[in-house]
Amino acid sequence: MCGICGCGQTEHKHDDGEHEHHHAHSHTDNTRLIQVEQDLLSKNNAYADQNREYFKQQAIFALNLVSSPGSGKTTLLVETIKALQNEWPIFVIEGDQQTEHDAERIRATGAAALQINTGRACHLDAHGVGHAIQSLAVQAGSLLAIENVGNLVCPSSFDLGEAHKVVLLSVTEGDDKPLKYADMFYAADLMIINKIDLLPYVDFDIARCINYAKQVNPEIQVIQLSATKGENFTQWTQWLKKNRLFV
Amino acid sequence: MHEVSLLENVREILQDHAREQHFTQVKKITLEIGCLSGVEPEALRFGFSAVMKGSLAEEAELILTQLEGQGRCAACQSLVKMQYHYDSCTLCEHPFVTVLQGNEMRIKDLVVI
Repeated sequence: MCGICGCGQTEHKHDDGEHEHHHAHSHTDNTRLIQVEQDLLSKNNAYADQNREYFKQQAIFALNLVSSPGSGKTTLLVETIKALQNEWPIFVIEGDQQTEHDAERIRATGAAALQINTGRACHLDAHGVGHAIQSLAVQAGSLLAIENVGNLVCPSSFDLGEAHKVVLLSVTEGDDKPLKYADMFYAADLMIINKIDLLPYVDFDIARCINYAKQVNPEIQVIQLSATKGENFTQWTQWLKKNRLFV
Repeated sequence: MHEVSLLENVREILQDHAREQHFTQVKKITLEIGCLSGVEPEALRFGFSAVMKGSLAEEAELILTQLEGQGRCAACQSLVKMQYHYDSCTLCEHPFVTVLQGNEMRIKDLVVI
């Protein structure tokens, strides 16, 4: 039985009799106006709230990792698992349009991973993630990393129930991406600037990038690291350990 | 790109309302879209008929109302218009402005039978 889809359906008692009130004016047709005032994402947000509640009950620290394709999300996760798996159970949900490649890379570390193939969709949604949590049997007290589809646009709108959105940007990309894709940097709590070992070879201005990100989101935190070379990597693991305490 | 997903959400919301409020057809639907919401009105218009095909809103007219961005400057506290999340205060040029309006994307109302 799905514990997700079935719930949250509030029963509405609706007495048909209430429609029998008379109108002072006459209708030329039988149309009526209904005030809705409902968010387009209300369905997704309801699922996200359920996920968030579940994470809270189970003391699961859930992160939503977002970036362009190729910024190093999967490598960051692989290295995070290697660094922390002896002290903290880690589970991973991988979102890609196609293939199991990323989940296989995660499983090679020994951590449990579930791949969601979104098909034509360009983002994960809270309903799919809710099912993935159940399939993965995410352990209480664990770190759950949700690697979103590589896309700096659409995933910004879809709350998955995570504690934090973490946006990655690598120095092989443009340092003005926080302005170009402002919605994502506005929605994120932490920006990781990855591949800093390549800085000598590229034209990427870290200070300018951070300035742009803060312009969009004054509260955004920043960590500069190299996931492959390990530079500053402990700043990230410390950030994880510190922030899990607030779950 | 995610406008299609948003429209699929709209279709589901309409089905819920149809059950609860006993209507079988949507004649007109008004959406309010904030200009900071990341939603592209043209893409919504483009996807609307395709997503609503075969649903109770297949024949519906789509009205899009755009809401302008508004924010409060963190320095001078003025209420200013915003076009982008990264806009500085138009009065004192302080870079940090907190968004008060413009992130909305909601169904305002429906005309139904």
